[in-house]
Amino acid sequence: MDRDFTVRSNHDMGGMMAGTINKDNHNYVLWEKRVDAMMMLLSNDLGILTVDQLRKGIESLPPEAYDKMTYYERWMASIANSLLESGVLTTEELGVKMKEIELKSNKSEKNS
Amino acid sequence: MRRFDEGSMVKVRSYFPPSPPAHCRTPFYIRGCVGKIERVCGVFDNPEELAFGRVGVDKKTLYRVRFFQHDVWPDYKGSRTDKIDIELYDFWLEKIEGDQK
Repeated sequence: MDRDFTVRSNHDMGGMMAGTINKDNHNYVLWEKRVDAMMMLLSNDLGILTVDQLRKGIESLPPEAYDKMTYYERWMASIANSLLESGVLTTEELGVKMKEIELKSNKSEKNS
Repeated sequence: MRRFDEGSMVKVRSYFPPSPPAHCRTPFYIRGCVGKIERVCGVFDNPEELAFGRVGVDKKTLYRVRFFQHDVWPDYKGSRTDKIDIELYDFWLEKIEGDQK
């Protein structure tokens, strides 16, 4: 079977029907600002990651994940993948930290 | 390496590397279209290699290429003179046979 290499990648949606677009301005929530700041630190200050790598990571997300995630969720997934690939983070460190944050946020929800 | 000058007619490759696994910086909708070199933008590190975290990658010439909207979108309803400019790297472009420039 021949594979068709001219098939459009999921993210590459220029010219497709978009439906209604919400053009209202919106504010960023704190975690989104943090993700942006983290990328700036990793690229401009530390030289660990480039914007080209960030883009590649975003564009190679599985289509279902790409479609479901918000803008900065895609950034976060791409940054995390790159840091795992380059050995800056281990999966264990990431898993432990995510669990810790989950517990903390559950606790603060109960108290509120 | 600079293969084209301002005014040269070029065709965008239908596919260069498959993506994935490669990382393409040329949008799908412009592949296979014929346009004219509007200007030579300069020479830059190849972003399709930078995407893999490499350092010291080859430099590639970037061109701004002008297309007629009617050539890009078969059902385009706007004016015949409407255009779209896209910046494309050298290795995505093919020479048009018989072009004098």
